[in-house]
Amino acid sequence: MTFEQLVFYGFAGLTLVAGLSVVSLRNPVHAALALILCFFSTAGLWLLMEAEFLAIALVLVYVGAVMVLFMFVVMMLDINIEETKKGFGKILLVAMILTIPMVVAVGTVMNSNFFKTSSFSYIAREDVNYNNTREIGLKLFTDYILLFEIASLILLVAIIAAIALTLRTSRQTKAPNVDDQVSVRRDDRVKLIDVKE
Amino acid sequence: MARALVCLVSKVIHKGVILIKDFFFQAFGFLPDEIIFTLWTITKIAAICVPLMASVAYITFAERKIIGYIQARVGPNRVGPKGWLQPIADALKLLTKEVIIPNGANKFLFLSAPVLALAPSLAAWAAIPFDDQLVLADINAGLLYVLALTSLGVYGIIIAGWASNSKYAFLGAMRSAAQIVSYEIAMGFALVGVLIAAGSLSLGEIISSQDSNLGFFGWYWAPLFPLFVIYFISGVAETNRAPFDVSEGESEIVAGFHVEYAGMAFALFFLAEYANMILISALTAVLFMGGWLSPIPSIPDGIHWLLLKVSFFLFLFLWFRATFPRYRYDQIMRLGWKIFLPITILWIVVISAAVVYKIPPWFSS
Repeated sequence: MTFEQLVFYGFAGLTLVAGLSVVSLRNPVHAALALILCFFSTAGLWLLMEAEFLAIALVLVYVGAVMVLFMFVVMMLDINIEETKKGFGKILLVAMILTIPMVVAVGTVMNSNFFKTSSFSYIAREDVNYNNTREIGLKLFTDYILLFEIASLILLVAIIAAIALTLRTSRQTKAPNVDDQVSVRRDDRVKLIDVKE
Repeated sequence: MARALVCLVSKVIHKGVILIKDFFFQAFGFLPDEIIFTLWTITKIAAICVPLMASVAYITFAERKIIGYIQARVGPNRVGPKGWLQPIADALKLLTKEVIIPNGANKFLFLSAPVLALAPSLAAWAAIPFDDQLVLADINAGLLYVLALTSLGVYGIIIAGWASNSKYAFLGAMRSAAQIVSYEIAMGFALVGVLIAAGSLSLGEIISSQDSNLGFFGWYWAPLFPLFVIYFISGVAETNRAPFDVSEGESEIVAGFHVEYAGMAFALFFLAEYANMILISALTAVLFMGGWLSPIPSIPDGIHWLLLKVSFFLFLFLWFRATFPRYRYDQIMRLGWKIFLPITILWIVVISAAVVYKIPPWFSS
């Protein structure tokens, strides 16, 4: 076994264990932390495939931003852990049935020609000057520019929708208006009175 | 005289590194190549981390001295000559104290949180170039790597706040999470400006593209001035330093996320905060202040310039702490989202136009 294989099996095993923990841990905070570990080990696998841009972007976006917000929400929940243990047996049967189509779907994709190991034999190690970030950038902004722009448009709409949702009701917060605060002058607040003896 | 001395020091460092490397490879020549390479890398990591930890210790001393003089006091002057042994005494005190684990705390997460806070601030140093040859790993996505790692430090704080099973700690963690997510966006956009100007994600190439016959005025702080200011302020916010230290907020929530920590576990949070300060200062120096380049083209470049710039930014950190009162929480959010974010986006448009139309003197080539 070469060193690379050792690293691969290490990360792959870690990904599987972390993924299983996400669904099996009772405490939602622990599950979220397991998900972060899962992202990390996946990033490690991608680094092994010399896709350093994808690996770092996964850590930057998902671990650095998305999961922080996730943790923020999950920590605020006041969940009774005993409660979550109830009714597991009832769900189990339904869950088992639901996994069958998923296993079939994943199996079909993995068995397709694209994922056959024999079709990967042509992949050689790139030389030292190969820059994965540059390659992805060139592809995104030339061949796939239309798809890239559509994806960003969808994200923009989602951002606007999320902000619009918070504006549905009339403004009820008691947050002070900063412009008013900044424009306050001394004379608005202080009145000097000459007290005569 | 002083200039010649500085040049001599930087030459000695270079010669010394080469000598040590030769000696190392000869002494361990009987081992297989992979093991020598691993040992050599570990030696390099130690050569970065040990001086870093020593500087952390003495920045705490510098902080107390500088803030002391700003407030017309003397600062610590009892332990050792003029107080120079104070940080060592502090470290010994913290080492010998008991690590208390609060009731109902998650023991594993409680103890791993300080490690999670410190590790990213050390790992980020791998990509920082000290010189045109001295760098641990000159990876071609260095900027992204550093940005990804600086965004991970928040987990130490969040997990510490949650695992402590304390309301104050939890409030600190919540504040910190929201604050870091907000300021990371402005920070990321400021870095996008740098990478547009340099045309590269590698930190070494970013520095060499700032090299011009303009010297000091050719560095990126000049064309990217708003981004430079925003990056450094966001850096102060990201390290939870005053005036953005709401996650500690000792006058509001006792000590925030580390209220339940004692002894060495507490000391690790302290180390992480100061290591992060040095990291942010080094990154600002590398990205906007030309790293190892000298401000006047006729004077040779060298690692001493980088150290000088880092010291200057570290001094700014301490100066801020002694000068500004703590921001109110909603003001922090407003500054991040409503002021920094629009300015960075505007300046990215400006800088893209400047690069496309080759505006002199910075982008003429």
